Amino acid sequence: MDDLRETPLTGLHKALGAKMTGFAGYEMPLQYGLGVMGEHLHTRDNAGLFDVSHMGQVLIRHEAGYGGAAQSMERLVPVNLLGLGEKRQRYGFFTNDAGGIHDDLMLTNRGDHLLVVVNAACKADDIALMREGLPECEVTEVTDRALIALQGPKAVDALAPIAAGCEIMKFLDTGIFTSDYGELWVSRSGYTGEDGYEISVPAAQAEPLARALLLHEAVEPVGLGARDSLRLEAGLCLYGQDIDEHTTPVEAGLSWAIQKARRRGGEREGGFPGADVILDQLENGVARCRVGLRPEGRAPMRAGTQIFGSETGGEAVGQVTSGAYGPSIEAPMSMGYVAASHASAGTTLYGEVRGKRLPVAVAEMPFTPANFKR
Amino acid sequence: MKYTEEHEWLDQDGDIVTVGITSHAAEQLGDIVFVELPEVGAEVTKDDEIVVIESVKAASDILAPLDGEIVEVNEVLADTPSKINEDPEGDGWFFKIKPSDTSPMDDYMDEAAYKDFIA
Repeated sequence: MDDLRETPLTGLHKALGAKMTGFAGYEMPLQYGLGVMGEHLHTRDNAGLFDVSHMGQVLIRHEAGYGGAAQSMERLVPVNLLGLGEKRQRYGFFTNDAGGIHDDLMLTNRGDHLLVVVNAACKADDIALMREGLPECEVTEVTDRALIALQGPKAVDALAPIAAGCEIMKFLDTGIFTSDYGELWVSRSGYTGEDGYEISVPAAQAEPLARALLLHEAVEPVGLGARDSLRLEAGLCLYGQDIDEHTTPVEAGLSWAIQKARRRGGEREGGFPGADVILDQLENGVARCRVGLRPEGRAPMRAGTQIFGSETGGEAVGQVTSGAYGPSIEAPMSMGYVAASHASAGTTLYGEVRGKRLPVAVAEMPFTPANFKR
Repeated sequence: MKYTEEHEWLDQDGDIVTVGITSHAAEQLGDIVFVELPEVGAEVTKDDEIVVIESVKAASDILAPLDGEIVEVNEVLADTPSKINEDPEGDGWFFKIKPSDTSPMDDYMDEAAYKDFIA
């Protein structure tokens, strides 16, 4: 694993016996002793601890404070940032001129500045994009902190003794907590469909904090394998797989993340890359959409599986972008893009697996109900 | 018991050979969630891809270790593929084959050689 970067928790993963793998240029844990299925189920029932330190944490400051940073950033993302309350977090994406998605990210109003968290694989690109696109802002990558996700219904029980007050936070609230592990930047969010937190911690305190959380009986370490099946069951997109430069937010079913203020007739309509394409699609619809897919048999339909409208003949009407076995639903599940004409829930389509067309139903997502603390 | 480099075990009893995957292979694959077995009566040729297994991580093919006829498959696996992880070298067997030629058996590894192979 030469040339791979480490996170402040790499030593801990190895000490815990993780099977390591390369991901987005980092050496990351794929799984620990419980295995992918065990870790997945444990997270849904108890709490899982994930190292997400490979993701980028970036501060955006403007001399006019949060309002200035938000107004500037609205040039890059189709999100209502001026309307984001203090200490609140929101999902969004950078768009390109064709209306495609350059990356997805989380944005937080931190009172006098903006904090964003971006994907590991896009980090360098995103920072360059922001430095170039926001010349009036100071864009600072946070390089001296780790990021830990603690996910699952018992995450609150493990974190509350360490960050007193985190238990009263609601979904997408954020806060800064003084703790025995230094200053923690906590958000009640994550990417598993479960209640939980993401905790930014000074790098030197990351391992002691992770060890303290793991001491709680409900908490087990969870690797990238289960992170993938958890997010897929929750109907959440993986950038680079389910969404990319060639998929628009409307095709991807992410229109909900484009608030009214940025749509046609809104107070700050458009003004982001690809606005003409995206706003037009919001009004007039799209030719293809991201849908959930539930194979009728047991065979998983993995990324790349071609989807057809009939059992024999005809051209493909779509393709799977993510597919796996869902440990909580005890069945295979996929998501992918299909022609809008074939995208209604309940439609039977056929996925070609090893030369055979197998029935698969278009299904609502998430596959497992979300369990957020609203 | 004989072992292939594809991590299959072969247990010969008279003119029938039972085939499965080793504990080592099952552990490497992770939780197995789907198995597609050959049809009983199928005539197979050595190195044909005759079983598909999918774990939480990926799909893999299992090759026919010998030429011959499939005389029985472990139907239980279709509904409970987890049997393979629970007992790969027992209840998690895949199929029984009646080889037309058992000579490749001589080339496969014995237990000690397989242990060295995976070490």
